Amino acid sequence: MEFAELIKTPRADNVVLHRPFHLAVEGTLCLTGHHLIFSSRRQDNAEELWLLHSNIDSIDKRFVGSLGTIVIKCKDLRIIQLDIPGMEECLNIASSIEALSTLDSVTLMYPFFYRPMFEVLEDGWSSFLLEQEFELLSSVTNEWRLSCVNKEFSVCPSYPPVVIVPKSIDDDALRKVALFRHGGRFPVLSYYHKKNGMAMLRSSQPLTGTNGRRCKEDEKLVNATLRSGRRGFVIDTRPLTVAQQARAKGGGFEQEVHYPQWRRIHKYIERFNILQESFIKLVEACNDQSHNMDRWLSKLEASNWLTHIKELLTAACLAAQCIDREGASVLVHGSEGTDSTLQVTSLAQIILDPRCRTIRGFEALIVREWLQAGHPFQQRCAQSAYSNSKQKWEAPVFLLFLECVWQIHRQFPCSFEFNEQFLIMLFEHAYASQFGTFLGNNENERAKLKLPQKTMSLWSWVNRPEELSRFQNPLYEANSLVIWPSVAPQSLQLWEGVFLRWNRPSRFLEEAEEERIHIIKYNKELQARVNTLRRRLAQLQAQDGEVQEEQ
Amino acid sequence: MEHIRTTKVEQVKLLDRFSTSNKSLTGTLYLTATHLLFIDSSQRETWILHHHIAAVEKLPLTTSGCPLVIQCKNFRIVHFVVPRERDCHDIYNSLLQLSRTAKYEELYAFSYNPKQNESEQVKGWQLIDLAEEYRRMGVPNDYWQLSDANRDYKICETYPRELYVPRTASKPIIVGSSKFRSKGRFPVLSYYHKNKEAAICRCSQPLSGFSARCLEDEHMLQAISKANPSNRHMYVMDTRPKLNAMANRAAGKGYENEDNYSNIRFQFVGIENIHVMRSSLQKLLEVSGTRGLSVNDFLSGLENSGWLRHIKAVLDAAVFLAKVLIEKDWISFGHKFSDRCCQLDGDPKEISPVFTQFLESVWNLTEQFPQAFEYNEAFLLQIHEHVHSCQFGNFLGNCQKEREELKLKEKTYSLWPFLLAEQKKYQNPLYNPDFSPDLTLLEPNTVSFNFKFWRNMYHQFDRSMHPRQSVFNLIMNTSEQNKQLEEDIKELEAKIKQRNGQSDVVLEKEQEQTAHPAPVALKSPPCFQKEQPPMPMNDAVRTIEGSNTADNRYSELVSEFSKAEPAVVSLEYGVARMTC
Repeated sequence: MEFAELIKTPRADNVVLHRPFHLAVEGTLCLTGHHLIFSSRRQDNAEELWLLHSNIDSIDKRFVGSLGTIVIKCKDLRIIQLDIPGMEECLNIASSIEALSTLDSVTLMYPFFYRPMFEVLEDGWSSFLLEQEFELLSSVTNEWRLSCVNKEFSVCPSYPPVVIVPKSIDDDALRKVALFRHGGRFPVLSYYHKKNGMAMLRSSQPLTGTNGRRCKEDEKLVNATLRSGRRGFVIDTRPLTVAQQARAKGGGFEQEVHYPQWRRIHKYIERFNILQESFIKLVEACNDQSHNMDRWLSKLEASNWLTHIKELLTAACLAAQCIDREGASVLVHGSEGTDSTLQVTSLAQIILDPRCRTIRGFEALIVREWLQAGHPFQQRCAQSAYSNSKQKWEAPVFLLFLECVWQIHRQFPCSFEFNEQFLIMLFEHAYASQFGTFLGNNENERAKLKLPQKTMSLWSWVNRPEELSRFQNPLYEANSLVIWPSVAPQSLQLWEGVFLRWNRPSRFLEEAEEERIHIIKYNKELQARVNTLRRRLAQLQAQDGEVQEEQ
Repeated sequence: MEHIRTTKVEQVKLLDRFSTSNKSLTGTLYLTATHLLFIDSSQRETWILHHHIAAVEKLPLTTSGCPLVIQCKNFRIVHFVVPRERDCHDIYNSLLQLSRTAKYEELYAFSYNPKQNESEQVKGWQLIDLAEEYRRMGVPNDYWQLSDANRDYKICETYPRELYVPRTASKPIIVGSSKFRSKGRFPVLSYYHKNKEAAICRCSQPLSGFSARCLEDEHMLQAISKANPSNRHMYVMDTRPKLNAMANRAAGKGYENEDNYSNIRFQFVGIENIHVMRSSLQKLLEVSGTRGLSVNDFLSGLENSGWLRHIKAVLDAAVFLAKVLIEKDWISFGHKFSDRCCQLDGDPKEISPVFTQFLESVWNLTEQFPQAFEYNEAFLLQIHEHVHSCQFGNFLGNCQKEREELKLKEKTYSLWPFLLAEQKKYQNPLYNPDFSPDLTLLEPNTVSFNFKFWRNMYHQFDRSMHPRQSVFNLIMNTSEQNKQLEEDIKELEAKIKQRNGQSDVVLEKEQEQTAHPAPVALKSPPCFQKEQPPMPMNDAVRTIEGSNTADNRYSELVSEFSKAEPAVVSLEYGVARMTC
């Protein structure tokens, strides 16, 4: 297909761009296969706006006389307005944008066309291999092994080709367990707590059905992670009633009789369609500047967004608590094991593992616990909060995770190597990107699309020194401790960096942030200088001493 | 002293406010003439000034003893369990007496002795000079003059002696206008904007009833209008909701009739009265004090309390009046500190958190304009602390007349020199004196989502609610250390120069990377407050949570975890244990 067919009017002049807190600018609008480009014609202060079509969530048009207006709402929550003279031009442009922003085929997406302007120092597609993770693990324990049972994606289509499992469980057993778990997602190692040797496993629900089917291999697998005489905890992210109802559809939960060493805790985390609704309501509330205080607070409450944040953080703390404080192994799952399960296991690692609070470690966490673990990014992030088409699969599952990280970051602002911008950048790229990293729903699909060969990895770009410097937290100092966040409502805040980003003037806040960074940098300079001078003085004193001795 | 029957009780438990597991510290409770002091087994001290106590409550006897709950005006809530009921009863009665002083002379300020000599005491009271403040604003000038009409408080008891009025307002006009105004509070100058030649005046409501008018008052407003030559119109902002103003007419008060005042525009801005504010804060505190609070209960409680709505209303109105200085606008012009802050045992209907709201509005501005304020949040909190502490004379009494009668300047000390002595703690490290020179006036964004719950005020003493690492403290200490390092560099350079006899001190850049300096220990100045709330700084430049043995907050948190911590997980955890 040629993009040119979709672009009826590739260019319009005398277009006026309106953005909140900016003066309106007049300029030229161009449409390309993947971008909407606006450039002001003014020589003195040329301004360009490049917007990926895939970042466009919804588009509205209206007319006053022959002047058309297009309102574009983006997946990163920004809203811009374009006034386009000429009804035909406006209609053409609107329909082109609509077509280009809703392309069906993944292979038409920008990552397949993007040619980087930078030199690739490190190929991000091979930066975070599970084999490397396993090497690290092998240096502290020999209880685990790397299994290639899923090499052809035949045992579990949503798992990566290699997984880490208990050493005592062979591939044949894994195949049997896979048949007993929803979507073949048998329990695999998510995190190993070096401090006490406890493990966090994740899986999908067991397929017990109404007649209480069991699978000895499954029992053996999970029990292999327990110390003798110790219990483990199953954290089921569904309420008990939902787990019970699931049996009628062939699903179910671990029954006490078959898993006597495990205690089951039901910690309810909302499912995707509810989350999507909540997201839409919150963004609506944030975008209406006219709300009086009561209305704002009741809208914020009605969105339930912060409740989801609190529940999710609480569940992650619970998992971390079981591992670190109770000294128990944990198995986390909900139904499919691709959404709430991953939220809990990845957040628990942020709390427990200092490595996950470094930039590299956090990237590795996202690759391991989200991309390789089969979170269906393409389905979940197909639309953002402005979409009118309410498809069933969209949900801000990853955004919720990022916000929880942000909430912990706020409470431990010196314990993270990355800054808030890093989290916002990940949110943006999950929804629209020039990189192939978040395309596809699992490793299987990514392999079929040949993403590593045909597209650039986000990590290839982010990990370049000049990009990294934008995402580093100047306050960072490694903190090897477990960090327990407060989840009291008074301690949680709206993530303004995402939800109010386009709705308030940010100049003064940004300047203050610059000043903070300046104070820290200046401190380092001064300390270095004091040291240099001290050494110089010591040298001089030593020389003087020698001179005196000679005399 | 006659109120104190028991001065010391041992084996008292201090419960954690938000814990459901009855986690507690055991220690000894001491009762002094001015403070209640609790020292726990690890020698940590909790000081509570009697004047800070808003309410004492004795709960029904339990197996572990008699619970005593003390609510403070600085929003601290402590929950003791006293082993023997008789001791509890004694302390309860003593605190009831001690926290409700009937006479000014019994307030702490009259016995507080900070070891200042007399001239220091006098100087302390002279730190803030109103006449100087007005001179800074450019008053007196061609339009405004100092009036001696109220020299003996004859015209208005609650106004100070020195008042600035339009030059064209003669004494008969002033007297006439004052008779037409509630409590004689006729229009006087509050703030003068030199560059724009615009004035802010303030007064009380007119005694207009349904139809009364007063020619002198009309002349007074005309005079004010003429004293603002560069403005065509004069605005009268009535801070009440219009309904309240209308209702007041029945009591012979009310609002200006537009027909009688020419060239003046009237506007109601809808700030609720003290009674509404008082109950609003009460509701807020009830919500924020709930154990195991859900997000939705918190948000709906926040909404129902109306507190943020009132803060927004105040700030909306104050967008005109951005630069409000505490001394001038509140103290000298008869904010009824004594009544509103319940320093003396008085009419509970007169108590209201109006000043707290003012501080909160300022805090909201500091959040929006982090570089515009020379002072920081700790300064606002400290002022709030001392409005209620009655430790200094500044906030005692209801008006200047009363303060003179109390001889506060001779008998008590002023707060300001003490804050000044500790100013390092209250300075905003981000402050930029040249902040937006194009705006002499801040233009805050008063869209609702900009107003936040002031956690550091309402949960100042609830450590578990705050971030475990404070960016503010870190920046503050780093900025302080930077000053010290600059000094060190000067000193070192001088020494090297001396040794060299030449000025070849050049920074050796290449070594910067590997440099690891000895940490510079910063000592905080001795503090005049007995106990530091957890918010203000740590001595160390940077503390990593848990890595500092002196700061055992972290291990405390850990122990909370294995038991029950409602704010985090264990509430659910406990439930889960029961179900499985």
